[in-house]
Amino acid sequence: MQRVAFHNVSKRFFMNAGRKHLRGHLEDLLRPAPRRSFYALRHISFSVSEGESLAIMGANGAGKSTLLNLATRLCPPDEGEVVVNGRLSAVLELGAGFHHDLTGEENLRLNASLSGLSRKRTRELFDEIVDFSGVREFISQPLRTYSAGMIMRLAFSVAINVDPDILVIDEALAVGDQEFHAKCFERMLAFRKSGKTMLVVSHGPDTLRHMCDRALWLDRGRVKAQGAVEDVLERYQSHSSDPAA
Amino acid sequence: MSLGVLWSVLNPLIMMGVLTFVFTRVFPSNIAKFPVYVLCGLVPFNFFSLAWSSGTNSLVENAGVIKRVPIPREVVPVATVFSNCLHLLIQMAVLFVFSLSFGYPMNLHWVWLPVVLGFEVVFVVGLVLACCAIDVYVRDLRYVVESANIVLFYLVPIFYREQPQYASLYDWNPIAAVVHALRKILIENTPPPATLMVKLSCGSTIVLVAGWMIFRALHRRFYDHL
Repeated sequence: MQRVAFHNVSKRFFMNAGRKHLRGHLEDLLRPAPRRSFYALRHISFSVSEGESLAIMGANGAGKSTLLNLATRLCPPDEGEVVVNGRLSAVLELGAGFHHDLTGEENLRLNASLSGLSRKRTRELFDEIVDFSGVREFISQPLRTYSAGMIMRLAFSVAINVDPDILVIDEALAVGDQEFHAKCFERMLAFRKSGKTMLVVSHGPDTLRHMCDRALWLDRGRVKAQGAVEDVLERYQSHSSDPAA
Repeated sequence: MSLGVLWSVLNPLIMMGVLTFVFTRVFPSNIAKFPVYVLCGLVPFNFFSLAWSSGTNSLVENAGVIKRVPIPREVVPVATVFSNCLHLLIQMAVLFVFSLSFGYPMNLHWVWLPVVLGFEVVFVVGLVLACCAIDVYVRDLRYVVESANIVLFYLVPIFYREQPQYASLYDWNPIAAVVHALRKILIENTPPPATLMVKLSCGSTIVLVAGWMIFRALHRRFYDHL
């Protein structure tokens, strides 16, 4: 079964989306300028089946995060179609979806319920999530007192423990320490072995090699290459070290 | 929480005290039992103005959640209005205490109260859906809402009796209609007139449908503008 499928997807951003006040809108009306836009993603097609893991690589600004946002249904595509089958859980950028004035525990419950977990199930999983994150001592402190690493630990623990069909990870793991990294690795490998699907964005070739079987290389919003992770990684790395080639 | 309840009790009481002082000592009005009369206006108006302004800002203020968690976007403004309903209920309790202690007994027509207040919530939800969606694109809207709240404080007959020749016009404003209905029920011991209820239900339903349509039309580009 296809878990995630993109069919000829494009996502376009308008340069004047920064117009937030009446004054700006009026200026546009009085002095019409052509609406400049750019494609963050253009004609993207791929699919990930059950049990597969896809690595997404590319330079900064290549469209990796936009692609994950589309897969997470945070924004609709301008062209094409995004199909997602199954429950999806995501660790996007640091502290995303967390509220800084709520305590760790409240954030945990809020995020679990936003991921579609019932109160009862959250109560059952609560200890497991807190133990995995290793922030039990501070779980009733407001999140603004947490360090970046602690926030990431909590976010990852919630995301992987809510038992999703698809796990989406966007570079967030970079702030974790070695010990937690190893723990995450182990959990993600187990997750993958249990036949679930992952989408992973990372700049660490070793992470990608271990986690994923297939890869997608984005370059300025277009697919530069896709295929087995080793092949794509090799081409990507030789391209990065010598862009002219 | 305890202090939170206290605030939502204090606010209408202070306003009631000030208005009662002004309109019994400074500009004496011929309205009997003025505190209850003015509270009938203040309670629905307070809910309206607070829910409207906090609801209008709700999408922009919760941009962090909206851009990162795939929940239906309508949830945010609607939840903001519902959380204000708690204060409405507390303030209604204050109103009951005052109307009973000023000698207006409980009567059968009180069964209309949930209906009347329900239409007010419907109206505010519709208004907030439209305003919060527009606020994403034109952030000035919050200042418009603030000013409109001050203007409406005088245009809704909170501390005065509407002139008979304009009375039917007032009722087209759902908030004025709610105030009117509350006074009929609590003070005059009569059910709200049918024409009033027709205007209230039509007005609030139209606003809800329109607000919903505006929200649906605008929500696709929220992500780019938040």
